Amino acid sequence: MTDATQSGPMLAADGTPLKKSLARSLRRRKLRALALIAPLLLFVLLSFVIPIVSMLFRSVENSIVSETLPLTVIELQHWDAESGELPDEALYAAFTKDMVAAVEAKQHTRLGTRLNYEQTGMSSMFRKSGRQIKRLDVEADAPFKEKLIDIHDGWGDVETWKVIKTHAVPITNGYFLNAVDMRRTPEGAQSQPEDKQILIKLFGRTLFMSLVITGSCILLAYPISYLLANLPMRVSNLLMILVLLPFWTSLLVRTSAWKVMLQQQGVINETLVWLGLVADDARLVIINNQIGTIIAMTHILLPFMVLPMYSVMQTIPETYTRAAKSMGATNWTTFWRIYFPQSIPGIGAGSILVFILSIGYYITPEIVGGTKGVFISNRIAYHISSSLNWGLAAALGTILLAVVLLLYWVYDKIVGIDNVKLG
Amino acid sequence: MFVGAGQGSALLGIVIGAVLMAGLAWVYITVLDNERIARWITILGMGAAGLLLGGITAMIVGLLAGWFFAFFIFWLYEGRYRRKLLPYLTGRQVLWHYAFRVTCGAIFVFLITPILVVLPLSFNAQDFFTFTPEMLRLDPEGYSLKHYRDFFTNNEWQRSFKNSLIIAPIATVISVSLGTLAAIGLSQSHVPGRRAIMGILISPMIVPLIISATGMFFFYSDIGRFLEGTLGMDKNFVGYIKVVLAHAVLGIPFVIITVTATLVGFDQSLTRAAANMGAGPVRTFFKIQMPLILPGVISGGLFAFITSFDEVVVVLFVGSASQKTLPWQMFTGLREQISPTILAVATILVVFSIALLTTVELLRRRSERLRGLSPA
Repeated sequence: MTDATQSGPMLAADGTPLKKSLARSLRRRKLRALALIAPLLLFVLLSFVIPIVSMLFRSVENSIVSETLPLTVIELQHWDAESGELPDEALYAAFTKDMVAAVEAKQHTRLGTRLNYEQTGMSSMFRKSGRQIKRLDVEADAPFKEKLIDIHDGWGDVETWKVIKTHAVPITNGYFLNAVDMRRTPEGAQSQPEDKQILIKLFGRTLFMSLVITGSCILLAYPISYLLANLPMRVSNLLMILVLLPFWTSLLVRTSAWKVMLQQQGVINETLVWLGLVADDARLVIINNQIGTIIAMTHILLPFMVLPMYSVMQTIPETYTRAAKSMGATNWTTFWRIYFPQSIPGIGAGSILVFILSIGYYITPEIVGGTKGVFISNRIAYHISSSLNWGLAAALGTILLAVVLLLYWVYDKIVGIDNVKLG
Repeated sequence: MFVGAGQGSALLGIVIGAVLMAGLAWVYITVLDNERIARWITILGMGAAGLLLGGITAMIVGLLAGWFFAFFIFWLYEGRYRRKLLPYLTGRQVLWHYAFRVTCGAIFVFLITPILVVLPLSFNAQDFFTFTPEMLRLDPEGYSLKHYRDFFTNNEWQRSFKNSLIIAPIATVISVSLGTLAAIGLSQSHVPGRRAIMGILISPMIVPLIISATGMFFFYSDIGRFLEGTLGMDKNFVGYIKVVLAHAVLGIPFVIITVTATLVGFDQSLTRAAANMGAGPVRTFFKIQMPLILPGVISGGLFAFITSFDEVVVVLFVGSASQKTLPWQMFTGLREQISPTILAVATILVVFSIALLTTVELLRRRSERLRGLSPA
């Protein structure tokens, strides 16, 4: 160092100042590291992050109305929905023009399906009138108002036009409102009619059941993690196999095993009947309801609770509890005041993990849950594959994703994502 | 005791059993006073009683119960239950100790029973999902391999099995090769934005599968339409590409996590030494770094493989019928036409996972030994 201060900056072998040369090599190392990461990062971005982001967009995207009925949408802006009167002839003319083009392109049934989510009956109305509107001539057959109402009463209903006007916006919050049992109306957001309110209840049930599953996992995992952490290494390694084997077994194998065990004629019921604990005609109903889902998922997620608890409990020194006892603490005090507080990080890590996993579970509730034990994820799958209401599915998925990400943020604060360990 | 319960009066059975056992214990302790003889008498007596009452199965149960009761009587009488414990514990503490052990035992039973139940049921000769009387009598008639035969001859099962064997390895190769490179890059010092990158890379593990599946469903159907429509690719082939890519992404976090964990203990001066002796970066990687981190890479690969092999939600949404994998077939089997062939498949998969578990455990030990950490 003294050399450097006396004779100017220190030089590297090739004559550049040492500082500059070091900075260059550091930069080169950074670039090399980034070059190694780049292919994977691109791959994940392309095939995972973009699909998720596109799902987020789909939950608000609603261009179908304005794309299929461009002229009508413009005309509708002049119509006052509050007046209670039917729109004027210009709108009907514009609508007929749009519909003829839409029928030509076979788009009108899609629009009908879309609007049917908001008001039942729309789908059949579009399908039926589509066939007849096709025969109208855009120029010659004017005026259209009477004709359209002749074709289907619905076109003479103010409500129909209100619905179209409400959902003509290209970006809508309609799906999100639907996802929380509300709907978009001309008067703003309103709650759905009583008989259609199922999603809030489903969200509530998902949360409640995830909490129950997490709770029972804590109850079951705590004793065995304690045992595993305090037994000699050789024995605990052997017992660990009993935890790891279910962990490594295929999820479907475990689910089918539970289906076999929980059935009315299944192993558990047969054994109980044989032992005489349960009468033959009063077999326990433990499948296709919430109990079935809770039992099976507690079993499936238990290893995720045991592993973090075990690794935390292993680090608690035995000397602490001995010291407490030697100072006169009872067993309970020792456990409650000394051991338990030190094991809380394990409980926290395990329960957040289990909660996150259970809140998005699909397979097990679908198979053992029946209709009463299903989660919100089953509803998402239903909307994707059966009812084809993809916008609502995307909105539900977005809400679930937000909840999970929030929980992960908490998990990161408590445990740190870097500390995730496997096996 | 169990016999009494079997006749429909559980409480009475337990009381009679307890009285019998107390009597037995009194006889042994005061009259016989020879543990070995007493033990054999109980075992054989209970076994014979079982044989008389209910055949071979009951005899086995009887033998086990006899062994347990004999052990239990002397265990209580001689105070053997205190032998391994600290001498100053009070009676209640000892009782608590054993109650705790029994609870833990019950939880372990809960963990392992579903898997154990599936194994014998898969050899069922009937198309039932429960133990038939023949099976309980250990009658060879009650067992058969017909569900396994069904699995190996049924086209549907074979096709799905083949699909799984095509998709999982390719997805694993993609995620391992890209993942290992990235893990090496991540483990170097001075990576800008390390936490953010790590967060993105392990996000496929964080996001619930149903959400990934939803997102991929929308996106990959667009991609598929593009590949088929614009590039004119074969529909079947495009389907495989979609599923393989989706599975590769899902496997990546596992590779990243295991390989970075292995690299934590990696001595960077080894690569510097190799470079010093004139090896290029590629040669250094394959000759020095790769052999040392290989256990981590392989166990990451196994995780990725099992993720893909076991995955059903994403393939259900992204794939079409011709990409039906084994879990998918099981899932539809469980939901619709429930057939006991599923149990045969389940058994095969359990054996498979035992093999995988053993491999991973051996690799972990090897890796710890290589890195000079204390062998457990």
